[in-house]
Amino acid sequence: MENSTALGQDKENQPQGKEGRPWDEMTAAAFQDPEPGLSKTAESQQAPETGPQSRSSPPRSPQPPGNTPPDDLTGSGASPPPSPLQEPSSTPSPLALARQDLAAPWQSDKNASVTPEAGTPHSDYLEPSPDKGDSTPHQTCQSQGNAFQQPQQPNSHLYGPKDVSCNNAEQKKLRFDIFQETDSNSYDNAGEAEPGASEAAPSMLETAIQNAKAYLLQTSSKSGLNLYDHLSNMLTKILDERPENAVDIIENISQDVKIAHFSKKLDTLQNENEMLPTYEIAEMQKALFLQGNLEGADQELEDEIAENSLPNVMESAFYFDQSGVGLGTDETYRIFLALKQLTDTHPIQRCRFWGKIFGLEMNYIVAEVEFREGEDEEEVEEEDVTEERDNGDSEGEEGDEDELPRPSYKAPQAIPKEESRAGANKYVYFVCNEPGRPWVKLPPVTPAQIVIARKIKKFFTGQLDSPIVSYPPFPGNESNYLRAQIARISAGTHVSPLGFYQFVEEEGEEEEEVEGGRDNFEENPDFEGLQVIDLVESLSNWVHHVQHILPQGRCNWYNPIQKSEEEEEEEEEKEEKEEPDYIEEVGPPLLTPISEDLEIQNTPPWTTRLSSNVVPQYAIAVLRSNLWPGAYAFCNGKKFENLYIGWGHKYSPDSYTPPVPPPVCQEYPSGPEITEMDDPTVEEEQVFRAAQEAAVLPDEEDEETEEGEDEEEDYD
Amino acid sequence: MDADSLLLSLELASGSGQGLSPDRRASLLTSLTLVKRDYRYDRVLFWGRILGLFADYYIAQGLSEDQLAPRKTLYSLNCMEWSLLPPATEEMTVQAAVVKGRFMGDPSHEYEHTELQKVNEGDKVFEEEVVVQVKEETRLVSVIDQIDKAVAVIPRGALFKTPFGPVHVNRTFEGLSLSEAKKLSSYFHFREPVELKNKTLLEKADLDPSLDFMDSLEHDIPKGSWSVQMERGRALVVLRSLLWPGLTFYHAPRTKNCGYIYVGTGEKNIDLPFML
Repeated sequence: MENSTALGQDKENQPQGKEGRPWDEMTAAAFQDPEPGLSKTAESQQAPETGPQSRSSPPRSPQPPGNTPPDDLTGSGASPPPSPLQEPSSTPSPLALARQDLAAPWQSDKNASVTPEAGTPHSDYLEPSPDKGDSTPHQTCQSQGNAFQQPQQPNSHLYGPKDVSCNNAEQKKLRFDIFQETDSNSYDNAGEAEPGASEAAPSMLETAIQNAKAYLLQTSSKSGLNLYDHLSNMLTKILDERPENAVDIIENISQDVKIAHFSKKLDTLQNENEMLPTYEIAEMQKALFLQGNLEGADQELEDEIAENSLPNVMESAFYFDQSGVGLGTDETYRIFLALKQLTDTHPIQRCRFWGKIFGLEMNYIVAEVEFREGEDEEEVEEEDVTEERDNGDSEGEEGDEDELPRPSYKAPQAIPKEESRAGANKYVYFVCNEPGRPWVKLPPVTPAQIVIARKIKKFFTGQLDSPIVSYPPFPGNESNYLRAQIARISAGTHVSPLGFYQFVEEEGEEEEEVEGGRDNFEENPDFEGLQVIDLVESLSNWVHHVQHILPQGRCNWYNPIQKSEEEEEEEEEKEEKEEPDYIEEVGPPLLTPISEDLEIQNTPPWTTRLSSNVVPQYAIAVLRSNLWPGAYAFCNGKKFENLYIGWGHKYSPDSYTPPVPPPVCQEYPSGPEITEMDDPTVEEEQVFRAAQEAAVLPDEEDEETEEGEDEEEDYD
Repeated sequence: MDADSLLLSLELASGSGQGLSPDRRASLLTSLTLVKRDYRYDRVLFWGRILGLFADYYIAQGLSEDQLAPRKTLYSLNCMEWSLLPPATEEMTVQAAVVKGRFMGDPSHEYEHTELQKVNEGDKVFEEEVVVQVKEETRLVSVIDQIDKAVAVIPRGALFKTPFGPVHVNRTFEGLSLSEAKKLSSYFHFREPVELKNKTLLEKADLDPSLDFMDSLEHDIPKGSWSVQMERGRALVVLRSLLWPGLTFYHAPRTKNCGYIYVGTGEKNIDLPFML
């Protein structure tokens, strides 16, 4: 800001100076000037240049007498006494000339040794003199500026220099701003900075500097400090204390400054809770580890029951680890504890770690349990609901026959789901997102859900209540879809070594036994184990111990009485593994070897492997499903376990194709009920009337006439 | 995952069920050290494994000092003897694209693919069945290359670009902060940038040239081809690629531990849009 104003002033001043200033005034001005100029120069720069200084400083006092013309006083008004400073330099050389001595001193200066003090005032004074009062700084600046250029100017002529100086002054207008700011700047800087350079630079350089400074000023999120302040504090400290070898202990100084900096932390309204979820889950999992202690005194009795139901997760995890599958030791252990929590809080007879299904936001850890006798009766209600629905439909159909026809379309009859403990609902599944979080019981699966689930392929989100948006529409939310996928995976991939399970002969009649296929099995007490090598080499040593799910969506055939033929055919097409020969769907019976599983387009459905090729005698057999990637089983001869870790999707070499839209209903065929005859023509009517008259005339004349009238009206 | 810190990395990635059996682990630790010495790599990554029907391929990659320079890929069937794979070419990708289904586990296995080709004989155009044979090794190379280009991940700041061009491991990388770790924008594709050049000046304005020299994940197509999860009470971020199911990237926020591993069938999930 100052600069601009200064410039303006200068411009104004200059012309005046050129035009009309008598030398007197100029000189006077010149005289004025020197004092600031000199003082500065003396301070800052002239120290090195001994020559000029010596000249200038001593003469100060002598000069005033030398030339103090009245002009000076009037013109400058301000400071006659200091002005003399210049004189000394001038006096030696030309003294004789009265006025021109002013100019002369100049040259003498130049010639002598570029004494800034002496020369500058003159040149400056040519212009700025008019504004004596207000702009002393300018003057000083100018003086400095000129001082530099003087050396370049020709020395010889007495008069010449003045003009030149004037020119110079003009040229330097632009420079004033810089000089003003840096009053005491060194000569070198002032001289070097040509107007062009000084103006162009700021755009690039200054922004870079500002960026750097802004970066340094960034406040650290941790300590609330910024580097700029820190550095300045450090430098202040160093300059205050002046330690020896400061560079060596700079780190300590930095540390001291940081320690010394004490900022009171401001209270905010809310607590910082960035890490809260971390603590939350840790708190939950702490409960898992503490649950042993919580039980207290009568623990033993409960333990007897509980121990039976709790699976030895860690042991099977060890074997799975041998085969290169598994969740890592700590997570497995947490799951183990979570299962313990589950078995302690529910009346569970048998429990198993089923596996883990990935979701987009959260994963599911799935536990497969079998309740003891005290099971909950939620499903009864649901069945009632479905029955009610059926009733409602039938009523609607029967209700009114007289008026408009009602839609004759009947929804395909809902196939009832299987009872708990049977078929696909044999086990109950609990899921949780993370060990430590509460277990959620999944609803029993319905055949419709399985049938639809076969046609869609969706990622799980991790929220049990999120809707499944799909075509065809899925009846239920994600918990139902998850349950359906679990049922399908279990049915497909749960296998055991041959002979481990055997059928229960006595209980055969107890459950519904439609095809003669038995669906109950028990552990074979006489199971002696199998050679691991045999398990690896032959797939026929592995058998399914979970019932196959029919295309109908059930494990046991349900005969829907009203079921139409087409529906069945449709379903058969969708079938994955079997070609049913009967109308009644039949799948492979229980305990069928997996060697009879169907191939997936030249891909064998199972891959077997020894866990270690180096030490085969202690290796275990590992079975991997290619149909359900992520499903594994191991057997070490006696023990076996199944585990699924994956996305919950079936493998197919071809890409998923959405099901084709259902066939469009055919319109009613055009027949006698649809088409109408043409209107009767006049001739026909007349013929008809004639015939009627002929027939009826004898009996009733009145009626006939009435009819005739009616007909006539109609024609109109 | 870095071969030097293999065990820790495996532990971190274990949430996806993709582990290695103890003997594989031990043999990898041994053999990758030797690989590093013999091939004079600056850094060796255990890339993952591709599940074949009869055998699995274990894949390792050797990096030179410039992290983004073309990588050398090795495979092994028993984790001890490593063979160098040829660099992937366009031609290989085209060839291998016709093969569907699972890997066999035998590098010399030849897939037979019958194609209908039109043959001009004079005026008539015949359709002739031509049997194209594709070696499994070719397919392996192209699949690894595709996966690397599509879903190899590195957190922002783990690498930095030196003024002279080469990309180095950033020693001062202290891990992402918790808030950054949840965002896809703080992860980059571990490959030469492709889309960076297409960005507008406005988008480039905020980028730090020494850190933001790769494409970030957030613009991947289709949107939602990544699943980001915080596991172990937010002590671990896990990114799972949905486009190439089997690729898992893990990073423990505020530590240097990060890496990715692929364990899968080597097939691209082209059903992704249906599944979201």
